[in-house]
Amino acid sequence: MPLYHNEDQLMLKDSVGPFIAEQAPVAHLRQLRDSDDATGFSRDLWAQFVEMGLPGMLVPEAHGGLGMGHIEAGIVLEEIGRNLTPSPFLSTSVGAVAALAKAGGTQAERWLPAIAAGEAIVALAIDEGSKHRPDRIATTATRAGNGFRLDGKKSFVLHGHVADMSIVAAKTDGGITLFAVPKDAKGVTADPRRLVDSSLASHVTLDGVEVDADAVIGEVDAGGEILDALLAAARTGAAAEMVGVGQGAMDMTVGYLKERKQFGRLIGEFQALQHRAAHLYGEMEVARAAVMKAQELLDQGNEGAKLMVSVAKAKAGRAANLAVREGVQMHGGSGMTDEYDIGLYMKRDRALAEYMGDVHYHTEQVARMSGY
Amino acid sequence: MSDLDAFRAEVRAWLEENCPPEMREPVRGDEDICWGGRNWKFQSEAQKLWLERCVAKGYTVPDWPKPYGGAGLSAAETKILKQEMARIGARSPLNSFGIWMLGPALLQFGTEEQKVDYLNPIARGEIRWCQGYSEPGSGSDLVSLQTYGEDKGDHWVVNGQKIWTSYADKADWIFCLVRTDKTNKYQGITFMLFDMATPGVTTKPIKLISGNSPFCETFFDDVKVPKTQYVGEINRGWDVAKYLLGHEREMISGGDSAGELVSLGGALAGVLGRNEAGQLDDPILRAQLAAFDVDAFAYRAMGERFIDMWKTGRAHPASSNMMKYVGTELNKVRHELVMACGGSEALEWDSPETKGGARPRAWLRTKANSIEGGTSEILLNVVAKRILDLPGA
Repeated sequence: MPLYHNEDQLMLKDSVGPFIAEQAPVAHLRQLRDSDDATGFSRDLWAQFVEMGLPGMLVPEAHGGLGMGHIEAGIVLEEIGRNLTPSPFLSTSVGAVAALAKAGGTQAERWLPAIAAGEAIVALAIDEGSKHRPDRIATTATRAGNGFRLDGKKSFVLHGHVADMSIVAAKTDGGITLFAVPKDAKGVTADPRRLVDSSLASHVTLDGVEVDADAVIGEVDAGGEILDALLAAARTGAAAEMVGVGQGAMDMTVGYLKERKQFGRLIGEFQALQHRAAHLYGEMEVARAAVMKAQELLDQGNEGAKLMVSVAKAKAGRAANLAVREGVQMHGGSGMTDEYDIGLYMKRDRALAEYMGDVHYHTEQVARMSGY
Repeated sequence: MSDLDAFRAEVRAWLEENCPPEMREPVRGDEDICWGGRNWKFQSEAQKLWLERCVAKGYTVPDWPKPYGGAGLSAAETKILKQEMARIGARSPLNSFGIWMLGPALLQFGTEEQKVDYLNPIARGEIRWCQGYSEPGSGSDLVSLQTYGEDKGDHWVVNGQKIWTSYADKADWIFCLVRTDKTNKYQGITFMLFDMATPGVTTKPIKLISGNSPFCETFFDDVKVPKTQYVGEINRGWDVAKYLLGHEREMISGGDSAGELVSLGGALAGVLGRNEAGQLDDPILRAQLAAFDVDAFAYRAMGERFIDMWKTGRAHPASSNMMKYVGTELNKVRHELVMACGGSEALEWDSPETKGGARPRAWLRTKANSIEGGTSEILLNVVAKRILDLPGA
């Protein structure tokens, strides 16, 4: 397959791009932020996503979805990134769907059609400390009665306080097991915190939470592979969203260079700025290609996907970070004001950089997977 | 089975049958690379056989049309051929500036007669070409070039000097930018072709900091060039040159992404050594290698995407400038890391144990990557103006 969007994918981009730019531009984020919105996203906007079939893009057709792939989901995420649109799309429609589709069984049948129909928001309760360490999960699931008892603390759970279900990764006797924990489960407390990018992420406490045996996603002790599928999808999705954030910041900055005058000239005439902008363009293009390659390999079920996913998350992280840093600097004093949007891009980038493993985590993974 | 799957199966079978085992060994050095030409001495029977078989199939220039020595493959088929060659580690049958640079220019600007006459010998590896662009006073500001061709009716008499002419001392013919109108800077240059054996052409190798001499100074002293031997239009050679620089940048950027993924950190583990946990001995160097590998793997995906888009006309025409900039800067970092991992052994300049100082010479050679074919600074200028549309001079 050639590494560019085909006709169908370009059509998707042509319909999703303008839709998000019109319905959920940066002003939409500002409006939610300034009204101290308690949900973390707009349910009205999500209803429009549902009308377009977006929540079920990755859901297999047998479960009522569109059966599309990561390249298509990436198109949506890039537009979400470019417009800083608050939405549960990444956790619900990408991360959760990847896990449920991989696992199959009761929980897949219960939740995949609901996600596709826009009736369920799903949160991913994976992280525990302030850094992403999915290989050190301490939350426990012990057998109790007909099911399990969950105890532990989760952090950085986006949409955790409003999700209809949370996928909880916990330690069982022989490995990792994933559980579908419904919203009303007794013993679950979600404490939402406002983050730097105005999103809401919860600290979730699981205190003797009792779930039935059929709450297990996939098989007991065999959650590792399902977790891997979830992580690969969410990381690739976050990388695609970062490409959108970086591209949005870069476009805005290049635009500013063409309108701001100093010394009687457009500042974009100065070679010092031209070279930095051109360098940034190169980094963004390389990041975009890396993300697309990871999406392609994931869609193919290629065994090389895992390495490329880490490459994509690390490279997109570095490129988008460069884009927002250069963006704020090249906007000068304006870049420091809340009035200009560029600072919002810096904040969103910071949150996405941390989500599902930062640049350093994934660079380390690349070294490990490469055998050194 | 789709047509492409069938093609892949056919290519795979052909390669299995026809690529000699020696030609599936990794390239160890310059001597393993086949450049062809009148004076070429094949390094082995296998090298000769591999070239002949590829020539017969059109596989030295798979995407050129058949009448010009190619196989007439589509972009998708060419990609499959490259993937299948990479899969078995097949060496390139023929390296050639004729293939990478002159060929694309002739395909775009040449007459039918020129295409038939010049492209076929290039495809067969019979004529080795060199490129006469830079002059001592015209590097980044190439258009200021002074080598002059005086109009003598049916021929030009060319006088002047070129510099950084790659392998001029080994080439059979040269494609050369020559001023034919001193009153018009951009529209006063003609893209000429002539035989390096023409009386008045001399070459002198330039010794570089690597100790090697891949480049020459090339002198023209009353060289007679028939007025049929030019590409495009007289005085419009700059158009050809600009088009061709795009291909040169494409080539230098090394858009080859079909082979196996090899990490630099993994490749250097044997040199640097490992600690008890099996990780590279020096944690800071390991981190730098890992950061490099992220960049290199990502750039490889970029190479694949760039070629896919370039070959199908989807790429921005100036994007090869970005590719060359990123690729050459990355290659310099690679060789800094190779040297750092090699320690004092990598300083040895001529010991047999280090293959005659292969590492420091290669390291020094890479410093030219971001100078030749457009300096990084010029490339950034081009990207800023042509892609980002930034204002100014």
